[in-house]
Amino acid sequence: MKHYDVRTSAVTQPADSGKLYLSIENLWKAFGSFMALKDISLTINEGEFVCFLGPSGCGKTTLLRAIAGLDLQTKGTVKQAGKDISNLPPSERDFGIVFQSYALFPNLTIEKNIAFGLENAGRSKSEITARVTELLNLVSLPDQGKKYPAQLSGGQQQRIALARAIATNPGLLLLDEPLSALDAKVRVHLRHEIKELQRKLGVTTVMVTHDQEEALSMADRIVVMNHGVIEQVGAPTEIYREPSSLFVADFIGEMNQIKSRVADDGSLSIGEKTFACHEHSFRGGDAVVAAIRPEDVIPHEVGYQPGDENRNCIEVLLHEMEFLGSFWRCRLQNDLFGGTELFADFSINAVRRLDLGEGKNMVIELPVDRLMAFESPEAPA
Amino acid sequence: MSVLDTTPDTMPAGPEIKPKLSRDDIIMRGGMIVIALYLLITLAFPLWAMLSKSFSTYQFDLSQYEFQISDDAGVFDGAILTGAELNARTNVYEASDLAGSSDSRLGVTKFFPDFSFRSPVHYKIRNSVEGGRFLVGSKLYNTLDWLELDSNTFRRVQLRPVKSTGISNFVSYFSTPALFNSIKNSLLIAAISTVITVSLAFWFAYALNRSCMRFKGVFRLIAMMPILVPSLLPGIALVYLFGNQGMLKGLLFGASIYGPIGIVIGSVFFTFPHAFLIISTALAISDSRLYEAATSLRSTPWRTFWTVTVPGARYGLISATFVVFNLVITDFGLPKVIGGQFNVLAVDIYKQVIGQQNFEMGAVVSVVLVVPAILAFAIDRLVQSKQVALLSARSVPYAPSPNTRTDRIFLVYSSLVALFIVGLLAVCQFAALVKFWPYDLSLSLNNYQFDKMDGGGWGSYFNSIELALLTAVIGTSVVFFGAYLVEKTNGFPVGRSLFQMFAMLPMAIPGMVLGLAYIFFFNSPSNPLNFVYGTMAILVICTVTHFYTVSHLTAVTALKQMDREFEAVSSSLKQPTMKLFARVTVPVCLPAILDISIYLFVNAMTTVSAVVFLYSPKTTLASIAVLNMDDAGDIAPAAAMGMMIFYTNAAARILHLIASKGILKRTQAWRTR
Repeated sequence: MKHYDVRTSAVTQPADSGKLYLSIENLWKAFGSFMALKDISLTINEGEFVCFLGPSGCGKTTLLRAIAGLDLQTKGTVKQAGKDISNLPPSERDFGIVFQSYALFPNLTIEKNIAFGLENAGRSKSEITARVTELLNLVSLPDQGKKYPAQLSGGQQQRIALARAIATNPGLLLLDEPLSALDAKVRVHLRHEIKELQRKLGVTTVMVTHDQEEALSMADRIVVMNHGVIEQVGAPTEIYREPSSLFVADFIGEMNQIKSRVADDGSLSIGEKTFACHEHSFRGGDAVVAAIRPEDVIPHEVGYQPGDENRNCIEVLLHEMEFLGSFWRCRLQNDLFGGTELFADFSINAVRRLDLGEGKNMVIELPVDRLMAFESPEAPA
Repeated sequence: MSVLDTTPDTMPAGPEIKPKLSRDDIIMRGGMIVIALYLLITLAFPLWAMLSKSFSTYQFDLSQYEFQISDDAGVFDGAILTGAELNARTNVYEASDLAGSSDSRLGVTKFFPDFSFRSPVHYKIRNSVEGGRFLVGSKLYNTLDWLELDSNTFRRVQLRPVKSTGISNFVSYFSTPALFNSIKNSLLIAAISTVITVSLAFWFAYALNRSCMRFKGVFRLIAMMPILVPSLLPGIALVYLFGNQGMLKGLLFGASIYGPIGIVIGSVFFTFPHAFLIISTALAISDSRLYEAATSLRSTPWRTFWTVTVPGARYGLISATFVVFNLVITDFGLPKVIGGQFNVLAVDIYKQVIGQQNFEMGAVVSVVLVVPAILAFAIDRLVQSKQVALLSARSVPYAPSPNTRTDRIFLVYSSLVALFIVGLLAVCQFAALVKFWPYDLSLSLNNYQFDKMDGGGWGSYFNSIELALLTAVIGTSVVFFGAYLVEKTNGFPVGRSLFQMFAMLPMAIPGMVLGLAYIFFFNSPSNPLNFVYGTMAILVICTVTHFYTVSHLTAVTALKQMDREFEAVSSSLKQPTMKLFARVTVPVCLPAILDISIYLFVNAMTTVSAVVFLYSPKTTLASIAVLNMDDAGDIAPAAAMGMMIFYTNAAARILHLIASKGILKRTQAWRTR
């Protein structure tokens, strides 16, 4: 019953057994009759970096804003450090937040922006100045304090926003699409820097993003959301290697999808041929989708004969090749797949070694543990 | 999808989370309620009082009084006569005498032809039904008991009318041609003025935005001048030019300037800047890519004009049309000065209230006037809400290329329009400076000795400045803070939309109507706020409310450009929202705040319509002094005072410009990279 346990607490438990910091229980959010969040439960450990990942409209930002108290959930409980904060206003919660727009105060200097949250808390002027200097060093912008936000680049502004958010040492750092407004190069750089900073400070962090690369590279754990529910929770490698549903498989990375049927022995029949596959929970006769990632397809020369019958080797026609820099994207045809073409990514090395070319035949292998079965979207079980 | 099928789509029953309000939430909601209450008291309640007044009729019901009369010895014979019977016998009061207003009183001695206050005869009077009322002196009797009075006291008996609710005021309005003809007159004047103003303003704006003629800055400045003077000032200039002793009287070929001609010319003058501003904005945002496309498709300039230019500016044109229509139909000062015998609605209200003390009929005319004003306002709002999407971020602003011939034509045209505007102002100034038009044209300052004229003298002028300053300071604070609260308060959707509605309402309410409504509401003895009546405070309140909408919209536009997340960041940093407001919101919005204050200042200096009902001998105003001096025949001093308003407003604008530049330099350094 693999597909169903995404809704049980078994899957949503933290991966490593750290100390519980934030827990969300049976959260609902209604906008009129539209349910933006449906019965969300999730726990986050102290010091963990968690990403909410999903397409736009999946409810990830709504969930973040509920945690912050900016848009209160309709029902459900949020506990932070053992304290029920479900109905508290943002000012009575303990978090720092960074928005996509940076939301830096345009008429205040960088220093004053960072000091904004440090005032009115019994700190002396010199303490505040010292802290601001420390933070500017932390985000590697030591000389920019006297400038105004508009005089900095987007990436610099975002780092200042981050410094402002962590100035008061909040227990929880919330990042709402913090990198989306930046260009690609800066984004990759800042991705790394934020992760470093988070590790250094050890602050529990929740980041919302629609960018899978960002989530995979930064998060300790990823929460994949769709249509207001959590599809899967897990470490990046786990999510990528063992997606729990076709949605997750398709949303993160790329996935070939071929209609198939489960044979009585559990293998998958595609056309007249059966393929051994990764273990699954379907019964014989179920219509399923057979799935494999393009980079998991193994190329062999024409006429290759595996010693073992169960190694899922078939001969295909290499229909088209597209050069994508570090590898070739190949479209493969075989009558078994009907009209669908199989995508496969082959290294430049392999293409040269096997002398592959458009219009030529070749043998491919679909490794048993990488060929997965998912419930067919058209015919639900 | 597999997962969806297993997800419950309906929320479990049970109570929803109730947010705990933070201190900031409470402060902001509290502030919003206070300002909403302010609008309720200064707008909704007075309008309601006016509406109910228009449906109130007062009628003397003689049958509800009973009388007895004694013989000379003071002995009553027990014969009882009702007032109706007495009137039937003596016929002293006609039916029309019995229709009254809220303040009407009716003496009773005429029922007794032999009455003499020295006679020893005694009288008895009582109300025969509940609700009957009569006065003896100022003491009210409303019981059914008999009251015996000697002759001398009996002459002080005055009956009071009975109030009833119904549409009879409207019936009598629509059955009096002298009154309802004004509807036709007002609509006609407004329609003609609108067509002329919008056409003139369109080509003027077109010349400024789409040609390469010279002196654009000067023309822009001149086009805005009429905003700085009361609407009745062009009327005075027209009197000097085309009046009975006018220099250019011959140009009218015997027609009189006093009437529709004068109103239309004056209306074109004072509504021109409004139409120009709106149309100019619409023309300024045109996309040059459309013109390039038209040129590459070999479209003729004429066709391009009709297929690109006019459709692009259509929202501006429609909006300008309704704004001008609204301004003309609700204006009071101009038709009062130059309307002659040509009655229009706004002046009718004044005549009914000030001339005839018929407050109920004044209320009826007000209701009639509000209908077209609200319609024009509603259509304008609808049109403006559609304009938003017109300009995309990718649009390329249109840059005109020089064309000697058309540029020259536009220069001539613009000069003529500018001459019209500057000319009328110059005539006023000249008239104010000459000894005795048109017989002695030597210059003197006699006309500036306002203390020798009606209208309150120089005191009025300084009162006006006080009013304008107070309105600018108080109004800007209230409006901006209110707009901030309504924009940035979390939740509370019902309260916020109610507030928005109240904030939009003043625009639709003509000044005359607002002023009259204030009389009904604040002058009522039972109103605890009665004490503000006749003070500077009520003038400030009325003016702030009168000009609330445009100020509110300016503030909202500025606030909408602020990042929506500032409040979220501030509260996550545990800082009070009011600190954010003072440190960030106000400084960033300072340009808009200054715009609002100068708008309120200028309008407070020039407004006539709302305050004409509300000033007292201690709080006479310059704009009203212009009206009253003109009324009294002191036209030259009226022109002089009008020009004082012009110079004051011009000075205020220049100061505002200098101050804005200075403040912007200091506080808006962040705008420059």
